[in-house]
Amino acid sequence: MRYLYYPGCSGEATGKAYDMSTRAMMEKLGVELAELDDWNCCGATSYFNTRELDSFAIAGRNLAIAQKQGDEDLCVTCNACYTALEKANHYMAESPRIREAVNGALGSVGRSYDGSKHVRHIMDVLINDIGLDAVKEKVVRPLTGLKVACYYGCQYSRPWGIFDDVEFPVTMDHLFQALGAETVDYAAKMKCCGGMMMLTKEEGALRMCHELLYCAEREDADVVVCACPMCEMNVEGYQPRVNKAFGTSFNIPVMYFTQLVGLALGASSKELGIDKQIVSCDRVVAAISA
Amino acid sequence: MAEDKIAVYFCHCGTNIAGKVDVEKVTAWAAEQPNVVVAREYKYMCSDPGQDLIKDDIKNLGVNRVVVAACSPTMHEPTFRKAAADGGLNPYLLQMANVREHCSWVTEDRDDATAKAKRILNAQIHRMPFNESLEPIEVPVNPAVMVVGGGIAGIEAALKLAQSGKKVYLVEKNPSIGGHMAMFDKTFPTLDCAACILTPKMSAAGKHPNIEMLAYSEVTQVDGYVGNFKVKVNKKARFVNTDTCTGCGLCLEACVVRKVPNEFDVGLSKRSAVYIPFPQAVPLRATIDPEKCLTKKGKKCKQPCVAACGPGAIDFDQQDEILELEVGAIIMATGFQLWDPAQDARYGYGRLDNVITSLEFERISNASGPTGGHIVCKNGEAPKSVAILHCVGSRDQNYQEHCSRVCCMYSLKFAHLIKEHLPETEVYELYIDMRSYGKGYEEFYRRLMDEGVHMVRGRAAEVTDVALSPEEEGRLVVKTEDTLLRIVRRIPADMVILSSGLAPASDAKSVAQTFGFGCSANGFYLERHPKLEPVSTVTDGIFIAGCCQYPKDIPDTVAQAGAAAAGALALVDNPTVKVEPTISYIDPEKCSGCHICVSLCPHVAIQYNEEKGVAEVISAACKGCGVCVAACGSNVPQQRGYLDDQIFAEIEGAMAV
Repeated sequence: MRYLYYPGCSGEATGKAYDMSTRAMMEKLGVELAELDDWNCCGATSYFNTRELDSFAIAGRNLAIAQKQGDEDLCVTCNACYTALEKANHYMAESPRIREAVNGALGSVGRSYDGSKHVRHIMDVLINDIGLDAVKEKVVRPLTGLKVACYYGCQYSRPWGIFDDVEFPVTMDHLFQALGAETVDYAAKMKCCGGMMMLTKEEGALRMCHELLYCAEREDADVVVCACPMCEMNVEGYQPRVNKAFGTSFNIPVMYFTQLVGLALGASSKELGIDKQIVSCDRVVAAISA
Repeated sequence: MAEDKIAVYFCHCGTNIAGKVDVEKVTAWAAEQPNVVVAREYKYMCSDPGQDLIKDDIKNLGVNRVVVAACSPTMHEPTFRKAAADGGLNPYLLQMANVREHCSWVTEDRDDATAKAKRILNAQIHRMPFNESLEPIEVPVNPAVMVVGGGIAGIEAALKLAQSGKKVYLVEKNPSIGGHMAMFDKTFPTLDCAACILTPKMSAAGKHPNIEMLAYSEVTQVDGYVGNFKVKVNKKARFVNTDTCTGCGLCLEACVVRKVPNEFDVGLSKRSAVYIPFPQAVPLRATIDPEKCLTKKGKKCKQPCVAACGPGAIDFDQQDEILELEVGAIIMATGFQLWDPAQDARYGYGRLDNVITSLEFERISNASGPTGGHIVCKNGEAPKSVAILHCVGSRDQNYQEHCSRVCCMYSLKFAHLIKEHLPETEVYELYIDMRSYGKGYEEFYRRLMDEGVHMVRGRAAEVTDVALSPEEEGRLVVKTEDTLLRIVRRIPADMVILSSGLAPASDAKSVAQTFGFGCSANGFYLERHPKLEPVSTVTDGIFIAGCCQYPKDIPDTVAQAGAAAAGALALVDNPTVKVEPTISYIDPEKCSGCHICVSLCPHVAIQYNEEKGVAEVISAACKGCGVCVAACGSNVPQQRGYLDDQIFAEIEGAMAV
């Protein structure tokens, strides 16, 4: 099994651990990831909300490279990258007008794209291509006894619900249940983390993060797992500021879901970048190893 | 054969056609075509003066072929064929060219539309020399009528027909008639109790000598045609002899299986395995649920029901019975189902306690319901705050686009009932638009505002149990944008009622198929014409009434049921009916008797004549679908009005310009 792989900008910076753990997890599962050549930023949410057509050209360049590089599906980890790339892909496939306009721009750098590439979220690949049974077979450290809050994030299945329910996704819960963990009834699983609002209107974003943390604590979760580097950074990194603003004392480990799957598959904490987490995950790692 | 003299009439249809098609130009062109003796344009051909043009030209110019370029033949072909007949011409020597639905309405460019109209018209001009005179077939009409579905629509239609002296078979799949209305508490806007106004009609239907009640029965097969339907009905075994059962209910009390979810209370209460759905059931007879009865499941049971039954009516060996009934007309009144709000996960139905559907609230507020009419939460306490969410699964492009029409009003009724029972309780109505369009409805809305109900204009975004303040602790919270105040609100509530929309019954499509008509894009039964024939279907002799056609309230349902009964009556009150002669025929000289058409005919209208060794069409049963014509390897079956010569001439005409 082989996929083209788009790490996204975060994957090289704040979300480095997501990239590392994704590669380590896929290696354990025997899946080859070929990084997309010379990829660029997907444009993310902010671009397509302000200059939509331009954002399709930004994302379209990646799709054009992917089409040229191989027939494999393009696998994406970050929810925002997934939405931006899939949105551009969708419109380029459906609308001759947009396809023509974007190809006009791509043509100036000698590229073109026809809308035929499949953009896949890594969870989609895990659940539907590799399959839970195959993942389960490779487990060396079951997650028994661990209470996991699956935090999908607002762009995980919205707006299309391609591989999961659009408003009430369950795939991540199924994954961790298959790995032996208990998943809690996480009421905030589709709530927005505040995203980049953390930089422009912090008090609002902190309120959103507070709800995410409150719901995890209410259900007595040992760890919150994410599928998006933006979610992960806000929920994990801003716990001290949430605590200051709301008089709380949250200190909840937050991980990428790939890190926790990687641990179950026997990858080391170092390979999975777990030492890069801000809130210590020692409790989680210890609970699994025990 | 006399020389062909074709007359062409081009209708403007106001601006419907003339707005896109250059009518003058096409008409002038038509006048130049071979065999065309006259070509005229007129503003409204369907009007009396328009029809007179046809009649006069037949009489004065000796016209013997007519083409009318206008709307779809399903709209006005009967009108113009009648005009031709009045003028002394065989009506089947008139053809329609559809330049409205097929052309002006669907073509943007005027030149394109004009060119296309010319092709459509030329196809018919070319066909005309091949048209033959045909005579309608007259068949007898069976005066009995079948009504399918025993809710308020079916009951009303059955009663009207029975009162006019016709035999009616009222088929209901549940053990009792009554439908959804029997489950309701009060009815808006007058607040009279649903049972009080419905049960007299139910018992009248049960007692009427002209109504044969077939409860706990389902239609399995429909054959035949207008005036002569043959319907197979499966009368399901109740395992209770309905002739001797008195409906006393002693078996219910004796039954040891007591925890079956009661369908009539939407699962909010329990019933026994032998049950009577509700005290006012018609027919008032017990039914044994074979899925739940220990004896029927082959388990050990002392059968206390048998001991309890005085008349000895319990009969575990009873079998389903297939009835074959003959009727002249059928009225479909199969109703709706509530849209399942679990599909929209944001509202938490099925996950969060005290999030309930509107139908569940009907039962909770009903004095004969599971809580004895006390409005209480799951823990038995009265709610201090109730939020009623409108448009759940309605007016939502993700689920159902249509407006369910009754939800605003029943939601207001709920608010009134809560205020009446619990004056201190706060009630919030979260609406998009308040649609109170009926008689007395807007007045009811005003009254509710005076009763202190909070009207919040905003679709609910989410129902959650995540408390962010002490006031919200342990309660539900409805999040919404109040679009009048322009703020985001969190409304704490102890009970959330989801005013779920009305959806087509889950089996609507297959039922429609069984009866030979179709469904609209939204899944409800398709009427023949949305405005002028709202109770007819494309199948002659089959009518529709009530929520199976589209969501509607009780007054509209009753009115439509009356209209459907009148439609059926107008048919079955005649001794005969004329059916279209455009059916297939088989030349016995050419048929090899291969049977292919016999097995393919969906209307069982072809039989094999053993003696002659050929297939024969039963004229009265053939519906002119053309399957046999297409299927025959030797091209033997031919359909009158759609002969090969006629079709090829049409194609040549369309391609020639």
